[in-house]
Amino acid sequence: MPTGLGGAVHTLGRVAAAALAVRALEKRYGRIQALRGIDLEVGEGELVGLLGPNGAGKSTLVKIACGLIRPSGGSATILDRPAGSPAARAALGYLAELFRFPGWYSADEVLSLHQKLAGSSGGEGERAELLELVGLGDARARRVEAMSKGMQQRLGLAQALVGSPRLLLLDEPTSALDPVGRRIVRRLLEELRGRGIGVLLNSHLLSEVERVCDRVVIIQRGEVVAAGRPEELSRPRGVEIELAGGVRSFPDASREDAPALVARLVGEGERVYGVRALAATLEDVYLQAVEGDTS
Amino acid sequence: MSAIPTLIGYALREAVRRKVFVVVVLLTILFLALYWLGATKAFEEARSFSGATDSGVDVETLTGATLFGLSMFATLFLGTVLGVFLTLGSVRGDAERGLLQPLVVRPVGRVAFLVARFLGAAAVSGLYAIAVFAGALAITVAAGPWRPDSVVAPALELAAGVGIVTAISLLGSVFLSATANGIAIFMVFGAGLVSGLLGQIGEALDSPTLVSVARATSWLLPFEALYQDGLHRITEDTRGFTEIALQLGPFGGAQAGGSSLLAWSLAYLALVLGIAALAFGRSDL
Ligand SMILES: Nc1ncnc2c1ncn2[C@@H]1O[C@H](COP(=O)(O)OP(=O)(O)OP(=O)(O)O)[C@@H](O)[C@H]1O
Ligand SMILES: [Mg+2]
Repeated sequence: MPTGLGGAVHTLGRVAAAALAVRALEKRYGRIQALRGIDLEVGEGELVGLLGPNGAGKSTLVKIACGLIRPSGGSATILDRPAGSPAARAALGYLAELFRFPGWYSADEVLSLHQKLAGSSGGEGERAELLELVGLGDARARRVEAMSKGMQQRLGLAQALVGSPRLLLLDEPTSALDPVGRRIVRRLLEELRGRGIGVLLNSHLLSEVERVCDRVVIIQRGEVVAAGRPEELSRPRGVEIELAGGVRSFPDASREDAPALVARLVGEGERVYGVRALAATLEDVYLQAVEGDTS
Repeated sequence: MSAIPTLIGYALREAVRRKVFVVVVLLTILFLALYWLGATKAFEEARSFSGATDSGVDVETLTGATLFGLSMFATLFLGTVLGVFLTLGSVRGDAERGLLQPLVVRPVGRVAFLVARFLGAAAVSGLYAIAVFAGALAITVAAGPWRPDSVVAPALELAAGVGIVTAISLLGSVFLSATANGIAIFMVFGAGLVSGLLGQIGEALDSPTLVSVARATSWLLPFEALYQDGLHRITEDTRGFTEIALQLGPFGGAQAGGSSLLAWSLAYLALVLGIAALAFGRSDL
């Protein structure tokens, strides 16, 4: 049902507002033009990955969406409310790229503070559930200053989920996580999608994004350079067939050509041990889109 | 606005955790102990001295008022140190450390955040100033026969002066990182004190230029005018040669602020906090 393509999402004749809609967004920091007219949309229950090299403007976009910085042009709305308005902020959860909680707060107290500020009535039950969800169930009384970086990031994620937001803005939420932590986050994101929560995920971990995201937007120097579903973006890259004499590749062939190729080779007396249809990974697409630019 | 108590609690908890609090408490104990020693000795010597003089100057009044004036200066200073350290990193400083963003993204509003920071810090440092004032008063009363002509108003004026410096520090924190703001605020504080002294020198020398410079500065920095007015009030009923002798000292006979001082102080506070809220509302974090 959710499509993120085009304007609003139509549900049985009713027009539902996009979780996040960004139009012609621009941001200048003095002489630096960080965003140059970005259009982007996150539907309800949609998981969108925002990719791009360092300095592309990913964090800037997310900060505008949550009202931390003001755009120089264009607009951003959250469920049709202007970004930065109290109504918009009440609907979102945010995990900053660089954040810190006061060292002397326990995990439970951090969540309790944010429950009060978000006006959440979830109480003890919500806090325990969120800590469990991010794998901090045993650390609820642990002080932030006694937590590892990865534990703090998990706590940050739990904090972003306080008050059941409709939109999650996550700026590199797994940068400090171990593989188990990343899997926890992946499952969490999938569950959130099931609950109809829109997620914008900034990340440099392309394989992660490829695995969980419905759609990917790649930006570079403040402009969108590629966007689409991961499988749309990854084009076929030929077929490899393993023969007795080694692997032979057919770069122009597609998956559909594989049976005919195998039949022909067998007809020529070859013994076929394996067939692989190759597709460009998101990493290939990404590298091509940004053309080796990492400035 | 219902989030204000939560945010005040957050700020106060941070204050108690910071080492500043311990330092201030130790400094206060040290100061009061020194003051007690000084006051006892000074009154002892004044007693032996007063029998021998016939100048018409009441030496015990001169001693008491000067000592207590000194304690009021120290109270203003200590209260200011506390108020400034509680607020100097409230915006830029905390934003640079990543502490601020998770809080202001919540639907509480930046104005509520600033108001809470101010109320928390001003309440703590203002009450602290009143407590130190009361401690010094008790010591002065125990050490000698002199009694200030007024105590409630000077105590409140000191607390208000501390509140104003705290507000200036909060305003500075919107633009400057913590260290830069701390330096700036203590320079402003120093400038206020210097202008107050200039005014006294001006009066002693009968220099209208110095006096008007000092007067203008005390409007610009009303914490100084409040302190001067408090000093004036502790000897407001003292007359004759003793009044003249007091005027020559650094802590006596200071200029009265006049009835507009209270109104101006409130307006000034509103102005400083208003500018801080406006600038904070527009700043990128
Ligand atoms: N406060 C600021 N003042 C001036 N320039 C800034 C500021 N914040 C960001 N920029 C500039 O804006 C551009 C975009 O920065 P941004 O932080 O959005 O990049 P990013 O895509 O999140 O990068 P990264 O992957 O490194 O996190 C960069 O050129 C950066 O130098
Ligand atoms: Mg970034």
